[in-house]
Amino acid sequence: MISPEQVQTMIQERLSNAEVKVVGDGEHFEAIIISPDFAGKTKVKQHQMVYAALQAEMASETIHALSLKTYTPETWQAASQAV
Amino acid sequence: MTPEVKAKIDKLVSENKIMVFMKGSKLMPQCGFSNNVVQILNTLGVPYETLDILADPEIRQGIKEYSNWPTIPQIYIDGEFVGGSDIAIELYQSGELQQMVEVALAS
Repeated sequence: MISPEQVQTMIQERLSNAEVKVVGDGEHFEAIIISPDFAGKTKVKQHQMVYAALQAEMASETIHALSLKTYTPETWQAASQAV
Repeated sequence: MTPEVKAKIDKLVSENKIMVFMKGSKLMPQCGFSNNVVQILNTLGVPYETLDILADPEIRQGIKEYSNWPTIPQIYIDGEFVGGSDIAIELYQSGELQQMVEVALAS
């Protein structure tokens, strides 16, 4: 088991200038990450950057499932207006 | 990952325009995320091949190394890793997935 706060901290440490929100039940998590570092990168690359911060937890399946939503500050702006 | 496993994966992703490594099968997905992908591809009505990684533990680990992606399902179009369930949904909603699939099937 791992807490959403722990997951959030790990992502934060890796993506220093990212805004990270994580919710989850200890095994299944959903995370929204907003970072300028995602600019110009494909979705796959963006998600791989996040997974890299949680390599051990993903490999050991401590984290069973991690749904990711990645945005740059600009796309986040557009998305939040659309909602 | 042994060279044999890598060769097996290479063969699967190169011989099938649309290849999905999933838990379960098209008719019996064993996981919600894998089911998402199956439903999307069925809705698009395109031919695609699947491999049940639950029945093949070597590929189950090897595929994660192959694509540097820690989860299942994994979708490959024209031999290229496209993403997992989340990205498939996003690409489908944006219409990009339809384009990628049409280009692959036309080539």
